[in-house]
Amino acid sequence: MSLKVNLAGVALNNPVMTASGTFGSGMEFSELMDLNRLGAVVTKGVANVPWPGNPTPRIAEVTGGMLNAIGLQNPGIDTFVNRDLKFLENYDTRVIVNVCGKTTEDYLEVVERLAEESRVDMLEINISCPNVKEGGIAFGQDPKAVEAITKAIKEKAKQPVIMKLSPNVTDITVMAKAAEAGGADAISLINTLTGMKFDIYRRRFAIANKTGGMSGPAIKPIAVRMVYQAAHAVSIPVIGMGGIASAEDAIEFLMAGASAVSVGTANFHNPTVTLDIIDGIQDYMDRFGFTEVSQIRLD
Amino acid sequence: MKRKETATVLSQDYLGEDIYSLWIQTNQIAGDAVPGQFLSLYCKEGTRLLPRPISICEIDRENGRLRLVYRKVGKGTEEFSKLTAGDSLDILGPLGNGFPLEGTRSLLVGGGIGVPPLLELARQLPGEKILVMGYRSQTYLEKELKETAPLYIATEDGSKGTKGNVIDAIRENHLEGDTIFACGPLPMLRALKEYAEEHNMEAWISMEEKMACGIGACLACVCQSTEKDEHSQVHNKRICAEGPVFNIREVTL
Repeated sequence: MSLKVNLAGVALNNPVMTASGTFGSGMEFSELMDLNRLGAVVTKGVANVPWPGNPTPRIAEVTGGMLNAIGLQNPGIDTFVNRDLKFLENYDTRVIVNVCGKTTEDYLEVVERLAEESRVDMLEINISCPNVKEGGIAFGQDPKAVEAITKAIKEKAKQPVIMKLSPNVTDITVMAKAAEAGGADAISLINTLTGMKFDIYRRRFAIANKTGGMSGPAIKPIAVRMVYQAAHAVSIPVIGMGGIASAEDAIEFLMAGASAVSVGTANFHNPTVTLDIIDGIQDYMDRFGFTEVSQIRLD
Repeated sequence: MKRKETATVLSQDYLGEDIYSLWIQTNQIAGDAVPGQFLSLYCKEGTRLLPRPISICEIDRENGRLRLVYRKVGKGTEEFSKLTAGDSLDILGPLGNGFPLEGTRSLLVGGGIGVPPLLELARQLPGEKILVMGYRSQTYLEKELKETAPLYIATEDGSKGTKGNVIDAIRENHLEGDTIFACGPLPMLRALKEYAEEHNMEAWISMEEKMACGIGACLACVCQSTEKDEHSQVHNKRICAEGPVFNIREVTL
């Protein structure tokens, strides 16, 4: 029995990775857990230059989840390479760098800069952040734009490219097919769902950006449905995420057709939850006599 | 070093005006904690995902115990307020950086639910100390605070001490010192910043913001820094990681 999975030619020790933005580059969590146990660390989005992000409050709890509008604050690619990637040299887990930008050129600058970095195993392109006005979501809601930016990135990228898709669309299969047509090696979904919350007693928006991306267990059924639809629409691997907080949750995504899963908001509730999820998937495979993770899929 | 532990509740008391006092038994966290640090407290109710950051009020290092004094402000703290002796509580800590334990003539200034972390600081800080605490109406921790240093009180309704806020109490009593240590609401911190500049005093303040991870990964709890921050490469500092205690000159209030 093996938990190993192959994701667009990259071998992962197990199918469990961290969801971008919830885990930094792993530095803070490394005090509490062994990063080498993870299938991959997916870093917080990095842009060509430092981004200050949105005003506070940036988050609000909602029933079964949270809203966030961090606004992709990041230290820029120079600091990321010199500090975060250097830190990850100490580990042999796979490293997937999430890339964000405001224009196609911004994305390409980061992708080209990372091309020579051997510590980077894959790139995940964030075309689905709901919290920044330019870029991000502007690319992710138009299939022509998805295909065009995927193509542009594939021309420059040296590592396999994962396109991270937004759930804030009418038909997810259209976006999945557009990424595949652009040459994406894999897709990941779902990013957060746009939401809003009011503080009725202080009479103001709960987060300064007014809208925020909703994540957490409450969105899981929506995510499972979209992963199922996308996995049946394309032949490239799908990385499933959205509300995974337990091994049972992760297994639902694997049944829906995901080749691997990402754990995000649950890291805030339990910083070592990813390890429990890895162990739980193993127990499940034992119970059903599966020898490969791919056997979990139900068509 | 920060750790995740399941602590045991030793006791819980109601101090009035929605403020509760919780003593917990930890394994190692109390042994590492310093004044001004905080803990993440996790809810048992699964629909409440985010840990609640709660400041440390007293540290009994010898016995591995911590006292947390907090205000019930929502469903999470309401859940904690129902804990009784023997209950378990998942915690992560100690988190953030404490107050520098240096001062010769110190003014310790707390407002509202900013009072609790100053109690342990008052115990551990060397030199001369004066305490100035501001409350809405009813005081709490008064007896414990008085045992450490002279205590001046301000209440919004004038029911005890100076009628008004902590700045009013400082001015009315002509309180002086060379360093301010403060925790409280933003308007209080802004007023203290002005006061410290006027009187050429050093000032250390503890800040708060909504948090998710509590350990510096999610970038939810930032405050604005006067200089470009080394970690963020922008004018943002993480309250949970670079703070919650800052020199007042480091941050824009």
